[in-house]
Amino acid sequence: MSTFLNFTGTLLKNLVSKPVTKNYPEEPAVYPERMRGRIVIDIDQCISCGLCVRSCPPRCITVDKNEGTWTINRFDCIACGYCASKCPKKCLKLIPGYQKPGRSKAAVTYKKSEEVMEAERKKAAEMAAKKAAALKAAREKKAAAPVSNAAPAANAAPAPAVNTASTAPAANAAEKPAEKQ
Amino acid sequence: MGNISVVPFGPQHPVLPEPIHLDLVIEDEKIIKAVPSIGFVHRGLESLIVKKDFNEMVYVAERTCGICSFGHGMGYVEAVEKIMNVQVPDRARYLRTIWMELSRMHSHLLWLGLLADAFGYESLFYHCWRIREQILDMIEESTGGRVIFSVNKVGGVMRDMDKQMLARFAEKLGDVEDQVIGIKKNFLNDRTVQLRLRGVGVLTKQQAHDLGCAGPFGRASGIATDMRTRGYGAYADLEFEPVTSNDGDSYARCACRIEELLQSIDLIRQAMGRIPEGDLFVPVKGNPDGEYFMRIEQPRGEAVYYIKGNGKPYLNRLRIRTPTFANLPGLCETLKGADYADVPILILTIDPCISCTER
Repeated sequence: MSTFLNFTGTLLKNLVSKPVTKNYPEEPAVYPERMRGRIVIDIDQCISCGLCVRSCPPRCITVDKNEGTWTINRFDCIACGYCASKCPKKCLKLIPGYQKPGRSKAAVTYKKSEEVMEAERKKAAEMAAKKAAALKAAREKKAAAPVSNAAPAANAAPAPAVNTASTAPAANAAEKPAEKQ
Repeated sequence: MGNISVVPFGPQHPVLPEPIHLDLVIEDEKIIKAVPSIGFVHRGLESLIVKKDFNEMVYVAERTCGICSFGHGMGYVEAVEKIMNVQVPDRARYLRTIWMELSRMHSHLLWLGLLADAFGYESLFYHCWRIREQILDMIEESTGGRVIFSVNKVGGVMRDMDKQMLARFAEKLGDVEDQVIGIKKNFLNDRTVQLRLRGVGVLTKQQAHDLGCAGPFGRASGIATDMRTRGYGAYADLEFEPVTSNDGDSYARCACRIEELLQSIDLIRQAMGRIPEGDLFVPVKGNPDGEYFMRIEQPRGEAVYYIKGNGKPYLNRLRIRTPTFANLPGLCETLKGADYADVPILILTIDPCISCTER
């Protein structure tokens, strides 16, 4: 009898209370802010360093620096967030909401915009030129060792200008519109 | 002398959430011997150490089990930290403890629901899982995952719980406590439940000790073994006593787990009251060099992690012994002399987690 009374309380409460479950497709699901749903990338911020590729436990990310692409196989991703914690530019982020189902286990590729790619190429050329100049300067310094320190630096300065003079201002010009976008 | 026959039980059976096969030798309706065989869901997690470095292995270790995932991650991480002599910040230790206890609560409520379903109380099963849902919501809100938390890392934790969140959780836990006390009455005072559980599958203290039973299964037989008393995480600062019973039957196992639910709520409250401010993690440099044997109390009992590193990013050896593995001999002992109709309940009372066992 006592058992019956125990259950009756619960039963009556259940009869008058609202359902605990949500009427999901009609009512939208509300996800908590911290939910690890899926990875998104702000591709133009990406510097293609490849840290996410190396840290990913299921190895579902690939990066192509020359092409400026970042590829993820979302069906292999375990949404652990390790890549996002390793990203130096913080352009990887986990957002709430599950990924959509798909018909095939295809990977998704994100490509950097042409402006960013152009700016990066310019920057790389500039860096390479600087490096070459530094190398050349060092070599000349070695060759003219007995001469005072200031002399080879002064000599070296015009030499790389042949390479960089055209690229340096262009790189600056190219970076500006990229920033605006 | 009746007819002796062998009845195969599993690997596919409505009562089993995961595949285990038992050959039940029965004489009329009584079981005289049970021979278990496992190996249906072996995944080779331990051998993944050759492919994943010790940081990535945290996520693999977590996926040993779907229910006590946080415990596995925590055991692995604490073992690596011990090898590398990393002093984890106090706040991280407390957060780990709170998550571990939430994880224990959701595991025990899941088990209570399955048990209610096994003895035919379907609405009680839904009731238990409704309570569990609130715990899962708390876990999702604080970690971002419902089952796989992914908040552990070598050196600390990744997510924090601020004051408002802790206060909200404390309030919710009050509700959960009331509801658990409500279902406790239904489980422990009901005549039908007592008829199904009392005196079924009795394991004496001596038998449980000899067979090396772990966790609530052993504690229900009177063995006061609880790895939390060893003081990993923040358990050293908290006050608690292992829940034990001397009956050793299925009813005692059920009662032990319900008491542990209430104990977990108490432990979370203690931890919330004492949690210090501070960093969440310390940066870790280098690779583990050495070996460590970590013992941790999972919801199902004692789990053991043996880790050996050689100063390289890839570990030499990882060995996980899960509580279900330790409890299988005890299960076969309890099955002896039991009625055939009680087999589902007896299998459930060890809280079997077969995927854990096979790793």
